[in-house]
Amino acid sequence: MSKSEPALQGFLRSDGRKGIRNVVVVAYLVECAHHVSRRITSHFNDLDIHLIGFPGCYPNEYASQMMQAVCTHPNVGAVLLVSLGCESMDRDALREHVAASGRPVELLVIQERGGTRATIDQGTALVDGMRQQLAQQQPVPMALSELIVGTICGGSDGTSGITANPAVGRCFDRLVEQQVACVFEETGELIGCENIMAERAVNAELGELIQQCVAKAEHYYRTMGFGSFAPGNADGGLTTLEEKSMGAYSKSGSSPITGLIKPGDIPPTGGLYLLDVVPDGEPRFGFPNIADNAEIVELIACGCHLTLFTTGRGSVVGSAISPVIKICANPETYQRLADDMDINAGRILTGEASLDELGDEIHRAVLAVAGGERSVSEALGHQEFILTYKSFEPIGPGCLPLRPAF
Amino acid sequence: MSDASGRPHVLLLHPSDNVLICVQSLAVGQHIDIEGEPYVVAQNVAVGHKIARYDMPSGEKIRRYGAPVGSLSQPVKAGEWVHMHNLQSDYLATHTRQSVARQRSLKGE
Repeated sequence: MSKSEPALQGFLRSDGRKGIRNVVVVAYLVECAHHVSRRITSHFNDLDIHLIGFPGCYPNEYASQMMQAVCTHPNVGAVLLVSLGCESMDRDALREHVAASGRPVELLVIQERGGTRATIDQGTALVDGMRQQLAQQQPVPMALSELIVGTICGGSDGTSGITANPAVGRCFDRLVEQQVACVFEETGELIGCENIMAERAVNAELGELIQQCVAKAEHYYRTMGFGSFAPGNADGGLTTLEEKSMGAYSKSGSSPITGLIKPGDIPPTGGLYLLDVVPDGEPRFGFPNIADNAEIVELIACGCHLTLFTTGRGSVVGSAISPVIKICANPETYQRLADDMDINAGRILTGEASLDELGDEIHRAVLAVAGGERSVSEALGHQEFILTYKSFEPIGPGCLPLRPAF
Repeated sequence: MSDASGRPHVLLLHPSDNVLICVQSLAVGQHIDIEGEPYVVAQNVAVGHKIARYDMPSGEKIRRYGAPVGSLSQPVKAGEWVHMHNLQSDYLATHTRQSVARQRSLKGE
């Protein structure tokens, strides 16, 4: 670690990763256990106790892997699993996976614990114990290069691609120089950018894989009947999917693209990564991501400690597990929703700040939130979490050309 | 292209672009410059929306950020609002709440 590199404090996990938070997650393993889990969580009114879960009763390999990945995310210190009892999610495998990571983990099966009231009482007592246990844990020094930062845009408008997105791009360029792993995503919102993106890949093979993955996204969305384009995008001045894409793409900055990953793959080194969120195989189970938070959960499953979220129309969401920093692109939206925003990138349009200044401001916000400061959505208690059915093939060897030899 | 305080009304994002991005809302009757020519705004245009930089025929590729973002389905005049009524995707068609409702009524649902 060089002297100029600002040191962070993190919570060390057994796999060597470090968390910028130390949260207890309460995870329901089917919708039928959601209410009990919510009651356990809401009993505490604690910003560091988070509710997550998977609603489906049918088995899904992707959902199981995602639950394993998010329950062992470095920001997570302890886990309470809540099962109804008859759902397909392999609760024992999940519990064993979390236990093997060295984290405190407990499993409550509602059908075996005496029903709603009894399970809420037992769960509340268990979470209270976990909280006290985590309060004893001392943070250790963490280098900036141990951080993983994701970015997403939501509620984009015609200003997003001029202000907030390129400002995040400037911040990403700087973080990549500092050996931070940065992840951008939603290949369905990069349709039209495939060729310029491929040219930025560190080698030609990766470039070709990036083109293929955007072609897959286009095929998938075509089958669904709608592109990744919401009515609010058009209200805000965006006319076509490729116009939205070009604006979204600028969040990636100008660094070479180091790798192509899928949900649950952890970037092996610093650098810029594209996250392919569109399922493999013939389209099934519906839209790749039903809303922005499903994408944020996939960024978190890739180890992202925090997410930079740009918005023009004005999204208010945050996320469970990893804080979300909200960057507002449109100065008029900022006037209306200032209390939901961390940064006003609309100042670029009003001539009050330059893109470089905004990039620096976002970079400072990353350091502050990684240093423990609450982001706005985090302080407001936003803990959205969406996980649905999907299917992926593992990434091929060409996707991570710079993977270090372990 | 700027107001009394020197703040621009519209932005040219890339020299090869043929649309300008509105960065202050434009009202009917307002006087602005487009490509050095005086222009009287003919329709209200909101922040983030696009107006044509030149007169262009139907079929013309529209460029923003220096990149193609769709093709004109109608001819446009310089200064005219460019949006879903005259610009379409070269990839997947854009949907709105109204177009989804129209599709539903066509299916007789």
